Amino acid sequence: MAVVIEVLEGSTGTTVQDAGRPGYRSYGVALSGALDPLGLACANALAGNRADAAALEMRLQGPHLRVVGGCLRVALAGPAEASVRRVEGRVLALPAWHSITLEDGDTLKAGVIRGGVAYLAVAGGIDTPPQLGSRATHLRAQIGGVEGRALRAGDRIDTGDRDGTQDGECRQAAFVHEGGPLRLMLGPQENHFTPDALRTLIDADFVVSRDADRMGIRLKGPQLAHNAAAGEEIVSDCVAPGALQVPPDGQPILLLADCQTVGGYPKIATVIRADLPRLAHLLPGDRLRFALVTRAQALSALREQRAKLESWLAGIAPYRPAGDIDEAALYSVNLISGILFDNGFGKGDEE
Amino acid sequence: MPRLLPLGDAAWTVEFGDGIDLATHGRVMGFARTLQAAREDGGLSGVIEWVPTFRSCTVYFDPLAADADALAEQLRELAAGAPQSAVTGRRWCIPILFGGEAGPDLAELAAAGGLSPEAVVEKMASTVFRVYMLGFMPGFPYMGGLPAELAMPRLATPRLEVPARSLAVTGELCAIYPVASPGGWRLLGRTPLTLFDPRDVAAPALFSPGDEVMWQPIDAESFARLEQEAAQGRLYRDRFRVAPEAPWPS
Repeated sequence: MAVVIEVLEGSTGTTVQDAGRPGYRSYGVALSGALDPLGLACANALAGNRADAAALEMRLQGPHLRVVGGCLRVALAGPAEASVRRVEGRVLALPAWHSITLEDGDTLKAGVIRGGVAYLAVAGGIDTPPQLGSRATHLRAQIGGVEGRALRAGDRIDTGDRDGTQDGECRQAAFVHEGGPLRLMLGPQENHFTPDALRTLIDADFVVSRDADRMGIRLKGPQLAHNAAAGEEIVSDCVAPGALQVPPDGQPILLLADCQTVGGYPKIATVIRADLPRLAHLLPGDRLRFALVTRAQALSALREQRAKLESWLAGIAPYRPAGDIDEAALYSVNLISGILFDNGFGKGDEE
Repeated sequence: MPRLLPLGDAAWTVEFGDGIDLATHGRVMGFARTLQAAREDGGLSGVIEWVPTFRSCTVYFDPLAADADALAEQLRELAAGAPQSAVTGRRWCIPILFGGEAGPDLAELAAAGGLSPEAVVEKMASTVFRVYMLGFMPGFPYMGGLPAELAMPRLATPRLEVPARSLAVTGELCAIYPVASPGGWRLLGRTPLTLFDPRDVAAPALFSPGDEVMWQPIDAESFARLEQEAAQGRLYRDRFRVAPEAPWPS
């Protein structure tokens, strides 16, 4: 029998995610999937899985879990740490970018997610029933994952069969995303904006607002003015993760994995594929800048990123887990920071 | 010729016009049909999927598996050779309970157009609607063809919860909300049919872009019976299909 994960404490920011649900956008089904597919790939590799196996994506605060029915290797990737309590009472730290094997009855508590998103992978992958070819949770459509929602206390989550033997634990240094401005290609509707707006997009700082969820992030900055002749709205056409749509108030919205498939606001520019994983880590108050790149630059960035991930994966090394540590100190890190993300995107996302 | 617009480095939006009309949408669907044929011939490697809308069709691809510029050239050629209008869709006659609790905006919409509620139902039931695209939420069909007398803007304050399966109109468009959701369209009735079923991997949505739809008014008793059949999983979609050459039911 496969090992089950019991959820002792849920978390509104924790959902099952994989590489997403392509192939159904013409039915109005969002792409979904991990906001940071590189983080997902790293966690999966440390747990001995394929890069796109389903794992737990954690935002804000991680869950408290218990393993039932056998032992289970787990791995953590991203700006987070977890503590493991052995069934006999010993407490161990699970730092990010490490794996650890939990025994039957052991519990794991993930702390505050300090950056935007972290991943907890389990050997064999999370084995919730796939819907439309994917286990990715889409909260708004209530599909995928655990009944289409975030993890709740009392949930019992199946894990998949592990292929191959259970090796020892492994770890790697943190996978670090590129820095610098977020790279964009203009379009598809840059002609709906004034020349000033196009300059401002590149010259100005933008600040991440508190209106942020898996569908998108509202930015604050100087107004990106629409060109009067072309107008503030368009006949709805396709939108995609990375698109920077600008409603009539001129404050742009960066779309993420759970965004709708179509939208009625002009899109001034679109973040290139290589930089989409970085969007997962933007937090309220962060300042950011944009830079325009050519298609050729976007392609080299994507190739370099692929090579960097391959090299990171090749550098995964075995290690021996640390011994007992001070329990009180560990649990004291599990204080929630008070940041709240819960909103819709108002007009244009409502019909 | 259509315009090719980049939606980032991994998608091309092939745009055939900027309006909502049957002629533009016909070209979109003709192009989509051509893409399907090209894929079946193995000629679209690196392409992930495409999504038809009112006036354009976005083609998503993997930039590491397809050369974007070569793909653009291929899409231009396929668009040039595509049928200028294509009736690709299926035809449906869908039961609707109009008015009352199912359609709380029917009376107001009728009054705004100087019509009786019965006249509005009569117009709705004698119109063939075209599914332009799905979006907003899984299975939500944007349908064109609404008679001009029935046009009304969205509610100034959207409802927090529109009941699932509500038939709604705004502007020149008509739709059904597949599941309960906030919404600002005017609610005229409700169908007992399920619009979106994620268990149906081959065709999760009742409607596809290009489909033609008519509404069949039913009474509360029939609605309750059909709704019960739907709950028991016995309400099969095909029962509401209209054969390609058959006349529409009157």
